[in-house]
Amino acid sequence: MTSQLGHFSLIFSIFFSIFIIFQSLNFFFSKKIIFKSSLLSLIFLQLFFVIVSFLSLLTAFLYSDFSNVTVYNNSHTSKPLFYKISGVWGNHEGSLLLWLLVLTLFLFIFVLSSKKVENKYKLLTIVFQEIIIFGFLIFIVFTSNPFEYLYPTPNEGLGLNPILQDPALAIHPPILYLGYVGSSLIFSSSLSAIINNGVNPEWAKHIKSWVFTSWIFLTLGIMVGSIWAYYELGWGGFWFWDPVENVSLMPWFCLTALLHSIVVLEKRNFLKKWTIILSIATFALSMSGTFLVRSGILNSIHTFANDPSRGLFILIFLFLLIIMAVTILFLNYKSEETRPNNFILLSKETAVLINNWFMMFFLSVVLIGTVYPIFLEVLTNEKISVGAPFYQKLMVPFLIPFLIFMSFGPRLRWIKNNFNKLNFKLIFIFIVTSLISYIIVKYSGVRYLFSTLLISSSFFLLFNTLVDLFKKTVQFPQKISHFAFSVLILSILINGIFSKEFNSNMKVGDELKFMNKTIIFKSINFEEEKNYKLLKGNFEIIESGKRSLNFIPEIRIYNQPVVSTSEADIKTTLFNDNFIVFTLLKEDEIFNVRYQYKPFMIWIWISILALTFGGILAVIKK
Amino acid sequence: MTQKNINFLITTIVIIFIFFIFFISLNKKNIYTNEEIKIKNIENFKTKELFSGNIIDFTSLIDKKKKITVLNIWASWCLPCRDEHEFLMELSKIQNVTIIGLNYKDNKDNAKSFIKEFGNPFDIILIDDKGLISIDIGAYGVPETYLINNFDKKIIKKYIGPIDNVKFKKIISLIKL
Repeated sequence: MTSQLGHFSLIFSIFFSIFIIFQSLNFFFSKKIIFKSSLLSLIFLQLFFVIVSFLSLLTAFLYSDFSNVTVYNNSHTSKPLFYKISGVWGNHEGSLLLWLLVLTLFLFIFVLSSKKVENKYKLLTIVFQEIIIFGFLIFIVFTSNPFEYLYPTPNEGLGLNPILQDPALAIHPPILYLGYVGSSLIFSSSLSAIINNGVNPEWAKHIKSWVFTSWIFLTLGIMVGSIWAYYELGWGGFWFWDPVENVSLMPWFCLTALLHSIVVLEKRNFLKKWTIILSIATFALSMSGTFLVRSGILNSIHTFANDPSRGLFILIFLFLLIIMAVTILFLNYKSEETRPNNFILLSKETAVLINNWFMMFFLSVVLIGTVYPIFLEVLTNEKISVGAPFYQKLMVPFLIPFLIFMSFGPRLRWIKNNFNKLNFKLIFIFIVTSLISYIIVKYSGVRYLFSTLLISSSFFLLFNTLVDLFKKTVQFPQKISHFAFSVLILSILINGIFSKEFNSNMKVGDELKFMNKTIIFKSINFEEEKNYKLLKGNFEIIESGKRSLNFIPEIRIYNQPVVSTSEADIKTTLFNDNFIVFTLLKEDEIFNVRYQYKPFMIWIWISILALTFGGILAVIKK
Repeated sequence: MTQKNINFLITTIVIIFIFFIFFISLNKKNIYTNEEIKIKNIENFKTKELFSGNIIDFTSLIDKKKKITVLNIWASWCLPCRDEHEFLMELSKIQNVTIIGLNYKDNKDNAKSFIKEFGNPFDIILIDDKGLISIDIGAYGVPETYLINNFDKKIIKKYIGPIDNVKFKKIISLIKL
C-alpha cells in the first residue's frame, strides 16, 4: 500500500519538474521578468511529494514490508530499528531517493533564502536545478524504482550487508550527499550567472554560503567514512587510496579551491572565469564519482548493483550536463576580464591563486591515479592497480612547499603588501621549528629526508597558524580552519611515521612480547545477539612500568546473510590509540591477532571537526 | 577560427573521448576472471629461502627433468590461503612437479608456524617480504598460483585466488598432459 503511494508520488514529481521548468522559462522570457510565489508553491509541492515517497519507503522498511523488493533485498525482521532506518539508503534505489530528497530540499531552501537576488538569475537557477532533478527522477522511476512489487510476499528478508550495519556508516551517505547535492546548486547557479552575464561580486557573495555549506558536509562525510574504515575494516588505517575514497576526495580538492577563489571574486572582482570553471568541475566530479561507484566500473563495497543499463543512464545524463555546461560557458561567457591594474605579486589574490594551483595539482594526482587504470584497461586490456606509494611519492614533495606557503599566504593583504620590517617572530618560529624537528628526527629513528622536511614544515605551519590565532588582522573562521588544518597534517604525519604494528597467530593462554609490552590472550567467550553470534576475545596488554590495558575485540557472525565481521577494540587517549582486532583462523582455537599502536589518532578527527567548525562559523557570520 | 572556438573544440573532443572510455568500460565484464592464459616469460629473481636464509636464484629451481613448476604466492595471514592449502598438499603428492612457495609480505615466524600447523606442500619456500617480487611477476594479491613450463620457462597458466576443486582438476590435467 505505502509502496504504491511512494511510487505515484515520484511520478507526480516528474510532472512537477516539467511544469516548473516551463513556468520558470515562461517568466524568464516574459517582458517584465517576474517571480511569482506560485513557483515557490510548485517547488514546495514537489518537495512534499518527494518527502511522501521517501517516508513511504521508510515505512516499508520499518514495518518490514517484504512485498517491496528493496525491503526484501536489504532488510530482515531481526534487524535493530536503527539499521532498518539506515537500510533505506543502504542500497542503490534508496540512496538515489535520498539524493533526490536532498536535491529538492536544497532547491526549496535556495529559493526561500534568495529573496534579494535578481529574478532572471533565480529563475534560470531553478531551471538548471530542475533539469538535474528531472534526470534523477527519470533514472529512479525507470531504472531503479525503490517501490518494485514482489508477489508472493516472502516471510523474511535477505538482510543488510553486516559490514554496513554500523552507526558511522548509517550517517555517512546522507552527510556526503548533502555535500554533493550542494555542489549541484553551485553548478546551476553559476550556469545561470553566465547566461545572465552576472558573474560578479554580488553573485559570489550570494553563492558563497552554499559553497561553504557543501564543503562542510563533504568534509564531514569523508571523515565519517574514514572513521568507519578505521574501526570496522580492521586494517588499522583510515585512508587507503581506494578508488572509491578518491572519488570523494576529488570534489573536495576542487571545492576547497573554489572556497578560496570565490572570496577573491567577492572582494576583488577577479578570477571570474576560473571560479566558474571550478564550480562546474566540482559538480562534474561529484557526479562522476557517483557514476564510477554505482556503475560497478570500480568494484568495491560501495557497489550496490552491477546493472549496466543504470550505469549507462548516469553516464549519458552526466555527459549531457557537462556538455551543456561547457557549451554555455563557451558561447555565453562574455570575457570582459581585465587584469586589475593594481594587481601586485605579493597580495592575497596571488596567495589564493597559489593555493588553487596546489589544489589542482593534488586533484590531478588523485584523478590520474583513479582513472588511469580504467583508461589503460580499455585501451590496452591491461589491468593495473594504483596504490598508496604512487600518491605518496607524487604528493609529498609538493606538500612541503604547500605547507610552507600556507604559513605566509593567509597573512598577505588584499591588493598590496609591504614587508618593511624584519620579522623577528618568523625567525623565532623558524628556529623553534628546526629545533623540534631535530629532536624528533634524532630520537625517533626517522631516516628519510622527506619525512624530516615534512615534519619541519608542518611544525612551521602549526606555529605560524598558532601565532595567527592571536592576531586581529585575520578573520576568525579562517584562523580556526587553518590552525585545524595544520594540526590535521601534523597528526596524519606523526601517525603515519610512528605507528607500530604487531601481527601474530595466537591461542588462548599465549603470551607474546612486542616492543616493551606483553600481549596476553586471556580467554574467549561465546554470546548470542539478536541477529548475530558473538565471539569475545579477552586480551591484556602490560606495558612495563605502566597500567595494564584490557581489550575485548569481537568477531560477529551474522545470520542474515551469513557473514563474519571483526570489531576492533580501540582504547583511545589524547596521545594515542591502542587497537586490537582478531580474526578466526582455525576452528575456534587459533586466531590471527593484530595489535596496533597509533599515536595522535584522535587528533585527526578532532582537527577535521575543528576545520569544519571554522566553515560553520563562516556561514553563520554571514 | 578563433582561439575560443579552438578551445571549445578541444574541450568537446576530450569530453567525448572520456565518455567513450567510460562507455566501453561499462560494457566490459568487470568480474575478474580468475584464470589468465597469457603466455609470457617468468621474470627471474633472487631472494632468501624461508628456513635456511640462503639466497636462491629462482631459475635454478626449475628442473628440466620435470615438466611443470607450480609457483604459489601465499601468506600466513591470508585466510583463503588456508582453504587452498589442502589442494596444495594433494598436489605435492604428484611426482613430476616442483611446487615453489613465495611467502608474501609475511612475518617469518608466523609463516613457519603456519607450515608447521598445516603441513608443507612446498619443495622450497622463498621470501617476498616487501611484495616487490610478486609485483614483478604480475600478481594482484594473495593467493595466486602460476604454472610454469620448465622447458621454455614460460608461464602457461595463472590462477587468481584460492585453488578450488575446479581449478585443482584443471591443474592436474595440465600436469598429467
